[in-house]
Amino acid sequence: MRRWWPEAAAAAGLAVAPFILPTLGFSPDTVNRILVWGLFGLGFDMLFGYTGLLSFGQSAFFGTGGFAAAYLLTQGIIGNVMVALLVGTLAGALAGVVVGLIALRRTGIYFAMITVAIAQVFFFLENSPLSAITGGENGIPGVPAPVFNLGFTVIKVGSGWSMYWFLAVCFFAGLIIARRVVASPVGVIMVAIRDNTARVEALGHSVWRYKLTIFVLASAYAGFAGGLLGVLQGYMPPDAFAFDTSGQLVIMTVIGGTGTLFGPLFGATIWLYLHDFLQGPMGLGSAWRLALGLVFVLLVCFLRRGVLGGIAGLLHRTAPTEAPESSPDMVAEPSDHIHVPRRGTAQVSGGPVLQAQNLTKRYGGLFANSDINFSVNEGEIRGIIGPNGAGKSTFFKMLTCEVVPTSGKILFHGQEITGLGVAQVCQMGLTKSYQVNQLFGRLTVRDNITIAVLAERRGAFRPDMLRRVGSVDGLSGQVDNTLAQINLTHRSDTLVSMLAYGEKRRLEIGLALASSPTLLLLDEPLAGMSPQERVETLKLLRNIRQGRTLVIIEHDMDEMFEIAEKITVLSEGRLMAEGTPEEIQRNSFVQEAYLGGLHV
Amino acid sequence: MINLPNFISQLFNGLALGALLALISSGLTVIYGTLGVLNLAHGAMFMLGGYAGFVVFGATGSFGLAVLTGAVFMLVMGVFIERVVIRHFYSRPDEDQILVTFGIGIVIVESVRFFFGSDSIQITPPSWALGITSLGFMIYPTYRIVVLGIAAVALLALYVVLYRTKLGMIVRAGIEDSGMVDMLGINVNQVFMLVFGIGAMAAGFAGVINAPVVALTPDSGETILVETFVVVVIGGVGSFPGAVLGGLISGEILSLTSMVNPSYSQVMLFAVMTLVLMLRPQGLFGQQGRA
Repeated sequence: MRRWWPEAAAAAGLAVAPFILPTLGFSPDTVNRILVWGLFGLGFDMLFGYTGLLSFGQSAFFGTGGFAAAYLLTQGIIGNVMVALLVGTLAGALAGVVVGLIALRRTGIYFAMITVAIAQVFFFLENSPLSAITGGENGIPGVPAPVFNLGFTVIKVGSGWSMYWFLAVCFFAGLIIARRVVASPVGVIMVAIRDNTARVEALGHSVWRYKLTIFVLASAYAGFAGGLLGVLQGYMPPDAFAFDTSGQLVIMTVIGGTGTLFGPLFGATIWLYLHDFLQGPMGLGSAWRLALGLVFVLLVCFLRRGVLGGIAGLLHRTAPTEAPESSPDMVAEPSDHIHVPRRGTAQVSGGPVLQAQNLTKRYGGLFANSDINFSVNEGEIRGIIGPNGAGKSTFFKMLTCEVVPTSGKILFHGQEITGLGVAQVCQMGLTKSYQVNQLFGRLTVRDNITIAVLAERRGAFRPDMLRRVGSVDGLSGQVDNTLAQINLTHRSDTLVSMLAYGEKRRLEIGLALASSPTLLLLDEPLAGMSPQERVETLKLLRNIRQGRTLVIIEHDMDEMFEIAEKITVLSEGRLMAEGTPEEIQRNSFVQEAYLGGLHV
Repeated sequence: MINLPNFISQLFNGLALGALLALISSGLTVIYGTLGVLNLAHGAMFMLGGYAGFVVFGATGSFGLAVLTGAVFMLVMGVFIERVVIRHFYSRPDEDQILVTFGIGIVIVESVRFFFGSDSIQITPPSWALGITSLGFMIYPTYRIVVLGIAAVALLALYVVLYRTKLGMIVRAGIEDSGMVDMLGINVNQVFMLVFGIGAMAAGFAGVINAPVVALTPDSGETILVETFVVVVIGGVGSFPGAVLGGLISGEILSLTSMVNPSYSQVMLFAVMTLVLMLRPQGLFGQQGRA
């Protein structure tokens, strides 16, 4: 499955570059700096392009790695350049852990602001308090180049093209690792985090730990690249720590194209070439940055995916586009007896699986839920009905631990889960399908289901960054099963954004189902479906109830009375009635308040 | 050197710096709160305001006119930038908005460098504000007192606009829920344009009055931008009172730490920010879930 040609093309490109680029006017020094930026950018692209975390503070790790390596080498503490670079990489990663622990507490613009601010701390630390070590404004001169003793011969890396081959090997190694990471289970989860963070968490992944992992990885790349900068120049400059360094990295990545891994390399090529060209032959002097600033703004406005993204877009345009689904497919019978694995081996005992005790949620003066006592037995299908605003969805959100109750307790299999995280609860086997679709729109149907199954197979967190997704034990079988169950096998390679509404609804249920819950909450699973789709979905629900407990919120009374064994009625945040469908239909409160006398 | 007179004078320095930071940060925070856009060009706007004031001051010799035209110039620039670029980014992701304002910042900085060069420009305060004034308990540079006074007045003006006018009511409503304001039939587009203009003006205004305190360079906005971020993170993004309090706190931290050891003043500022993030992630006046 894994395509190898990008690696092959990169190797070929790196091999012929010294013979082609000089004819275009590139000096070896420029090419070498492109490689350092490209390597720096590999980590940043995984962080920003893949995971969606826009950091303006990468200079902190670039500088840390660079100064650590340069200091160790110039002080003679470490003689071997490669070992020093490795230590620098680790120093960058360590700084990444510290900064990540602070910055990742917040998301979005807060994250961007905090990374800027913290990077500035590093800049100031280098500049004065630590200047005895870092040389302050002078930096560290005299960084040696590596020497490799291969036994039969000694390779001494010099400047110019000799340095190029050393850097090219380093870049290529970094590229191979990065390519493996994005093709690993972690890579799939990274993209999912960018697309819909909340749902990744709800499916049982510890988003925070994955984010920290990627952040540290990006910092390690930055640290390595920083060390190489010192080796390349023979000097570690203090402006490695400057805001401008982080800014340039962002610009290069955006110019080249985010989410491609090669973007920063291309961006750096364009940036540094224009720098040489505009300053030299064009005679623009210092105005070259103005020209590039304008180009950058235009790119963000009109070609946000960058040069590589733009090229990819053009290639795609010529390929045939996906045709929307034709409705006859819908009628295809889903197989009735597909085995769906479940978490654990818990036998259906019939005892209470979920209990809510005096559950209350208050928003200011408004009681969304007050004093609800609720219990569902194992294997049961429970319906929850109630007029709009009765507090049904809030109730569900508390049960899945998305919302912390104001007071009261929730027990799942007799164990208190109040105050746990939504991912933790999902890992225990309790999950929900949402009233409003929460899908990964930029991924395929198969990838969507894969993300859910990965949480079930690998637990809340596992840093298996070098392993292929396909090698996860039992993954493809479970994905295929789920796809067959929700009748989307024929659409598995379609992008979610191309799906019809009914298909999206089924996928929504499929996501919850794929994490193999023992207790599945369904928030209006039939909403917006056609009569035909409703029949299919009810069939699906009956099919998946085998050894599972279902709690369903639904507005459609007829279908609810048909499928549910017991029904709970909520109104104005209170539990008004509970009983079998017959009892509920006869209940005078329900008739008046909810059924409007229709069924009398 | 730590002694009482020095301490009091640093306390005053902190107040002046804090008022200035508060002014710039309230521009940033009001723009974010209303438009949902984090303006990375804010530091550049501060710097551009300073240069605009410098040009007018040089041509006319009138400091009052320099402050006024500098502020109005930035208002116009803000409205222009909103109309031409920012407007098209409201429906785009956060990162795109950050990237485009970052790019605008570069264009502003490099344009100024193109026309005025990279060398720092020293501006002397107006003749009536030169020298020192005795406050009874200490003597203090007159111009710093003027800065403190002007910044306080400007903050008060901003407060009046935000809390005592119809526009302010719309802006504050927009901070809570701009979609709802739109649905109520209020032309949000016009309000957004005006808010971006006012935010830019606050930065530019601060840039002009700060110009005589420190020298002008095209890069002088960068440090200010970072400090402004710290201010709003401490105060809570989108909160005007948060920006004011955060500004004053930051000003005092910078100034009091530099009394002990100047090289640690910035580090101390970020340490406090980290502490706030640990104890109260939404900031002092921030509301959970707003950002």
